[in-house]
Amino acid sequence: MREITLSQAVNEAIAEEMRRDPTVFLMGEDVAEAGTPFKVLSGLVEEFGTDRVLDTPISEPGFVGLAVGAAMTGARPIVDLMFGDFIYLVMDQLCNQAAKQHYMSGGKLTVPMVLRTNIGATRRSAAQHSQSLQALVAHIPGVKVAMPSSAYEAKGLMKTAIRDNNPVVIFEDKLMYQDKAPVPEEEYLIPFGEAHIKREGSDITFIATSSMVQVAEKAAALLDAEGISAEVIDPRTIVPLDEATLLASVKKTSRAIVIDEGHQSYGVTAEIASRLNEKAFYHLDAPVLRMGAMDVPVPFSPALEDITVPTPEGVAANARKLCAGEMIHAA
Amino acid sequence: MTKTNTEDYLRMYTQMVRIRTFEDNANQLYLSAKMPGLTHMYSGEEAVAVGICEALTDDDRITSTHRGHGHCVAKGAEFKEMFCELLGKAEGYCRGKGGSMHIADQSHGNLGANAIVGGSMGIATGSALRAKLQGSDDVTVCFFGDGATAQGLWYEVMNMAALWNLPVIYACENNGYSEYTKTEEIAAGSITARAEAFGIESHQVDGQDVLAVNALTNKLVARARKGEGPFFLELMTYRYHGHHVGDINREYYRSKDEEKDWKENRDPIVRFRGYLVEQGIATEDEIEAINTAVEKDATDAVAYAEAAAYPDVSEVDMHVFSDIEHALA
Repeated sequence: MREITLSQAVNEAIAEEMRRDPTVFLMGEDVAEAGTPFKVLSGLVEEFGTDRVLDTPISEPGFVGLAVGAAMTGARPIVDLMFGDFIYLVMDQLCNQAAKQHYMSGGKLTVPMVLRTNIGATRRSAAQHSQSLQALVAHIPGVKVAMPSSAYEAKGLMKTAIRDNNPVVIFEDKLMYQDKAPVPEEEYLIPFGEAHIKREGSDITFIATSSMVQVAEKAAALLDAEGISAEVIDPRTIVPLDEATLLASVKKTSRAIVIDEGHQSYGVTAEIASRLNEKAFYHLDAPVLRMGAMDVPVPFSPALEDITVPTPEGVAANARKLCAGEMIHAA
Repeated sequence: MTKTNTEDYLRMYTQMVRIRTFEDNANQLYLSAKMPGLTHMYSGEEAVAVGICEALTDDDRITSTHRGHGHCVAKGAEFKEMFCELLGKAEGYCRGKGGSMHIADQSHGNLGANAIVGGSMGIATGSALRAKLQGSDDVTVCFFGDGATAQGLWYEVMNMAALWNLPVIYACENNGYSEYTKTEEIAAGSITARAEAFGIESHQVDGQDVLAVNALTNKLVARARKGEGPFFLELMTYRYHGHHVGDINREYYRSKDEEKDWKENRDPIVRFRGYLVEQGIATEDEIEAINTAVEKDATDAVAYAEAAAYPDVSEVDMHVFSDIEHALA
């Protein structure tokens, strides 16, 4: 099978859906000729023109608001938010407006929009361009949240998101844009709420999102040599969450570490760990561990930044302790 | 179409009376503790909503505010579904999930009231963007108050509307008060000048004169349909009640004399009624017959809403997502 980058996968998904549905359009800062700073959208304006690939002023609440209104009246906007950190700027439009219109109107209004943005530290971009803020959005009822872990997921989830009749936020890890993965030429969609078992194992389950799937897979490979068999599961969407697949795995392995690059406190890892505790407690041989980003603003210095995020070695070390029956504190 | 014939004039009068009557009944429901929560009365501002909405068709959209009953009625909504919504009943426009501050009536193009001040400015402008992108000739009117002119969102969306010539009309209902504060204390300079700074044609109009509002809006809507938008309207008006129904003792921010002056000398309904009689468009008897009929409609609708059923508790997790029947199942 051919291999393409995550960036190409996103581009292909958007292009295919724009060809398929004339109501789909794209808007955001420098999305047209510039194709975004990450060049993810390069070439789209040439094919679809400036009517469907709109460069906006640097007005995040404004253009996200426009997307909400366009979506409510019959269009399917894809909004590009250049950095995930700018989510804070658009919270009212996203959480008070987009997320609630369907509910507040008793089901009469729908907001079929996609907001694509990014996450991920260790790019030396410091505290306002490195955050992973998926937990903030996942906390709000009415928004779906997808977190692709490779080019394959990025394409299939994006296509599903564009066809979904609800607001969907897709968080892409900006460090993965150039990562290649096998992606079929033929069309496919990945349904929301279906986790993917990336690697089967019997001793411990790693539930990991986005780029943390790679971290978990590397940790699993390290452990393999020591005779510890780790299962790696990618939820792919955290809203909706495929709880059944996670629970089945944990009931089988009896141990779990949940890994996500958002801050550890009050985060995605806490939510998933809590559900496992509530619903699989009697199957557990060890406490469910959370491994998120350190609860500090992301520092600039490489010497500091690198220690704020989960690593394969860190995950493997925690897994060893859990499997040895040692009570430990989360890293 | 400028409203020039008897039928149009009488409909505009009727719609203004319907708004006033709706609000009087809503206030009564609050005072008699039959309505959950609070509500914000539109009384006094009727000529704004009616003058504007009478220039629109059902395909044209509006976005409304926390003080939104007037817009909802003027855009064509029915009393029964509105009172049901105010009382949290299943037959309300939003199945009781929205209440007074979130009434939406998509069948008449009302994209909904909004409880965030200025919160619908993006939605209205986005609706206009959709019209332009899809080659549709509908126009969107964005209602908001003077207080909302202090929100940064307005400047962001006006900029985009002007850059892209979007068919949106920003209608600022300047009722003189930003909640409990005089507008002059929160707004520096000129409000129309702010829109003009973006190259947006702006008008200040007497919001108590339904014919003036309607005539101007007709012209601007026709031009917006041809791609000459956006436009800005500052409508000088007055709210008779407090910020909300519970804001009773308000002399610390505005005097009773001032309220009396607006009610006695500038009431939009009294003014238009006088005009209709003076011009021989309607007799006093005909006017009274309209008032009585509206009164009865409202009384019947309130009685209906009071007797109507609440939504079943199973509806609590419905409509969270459009394709998931029960979000928590």
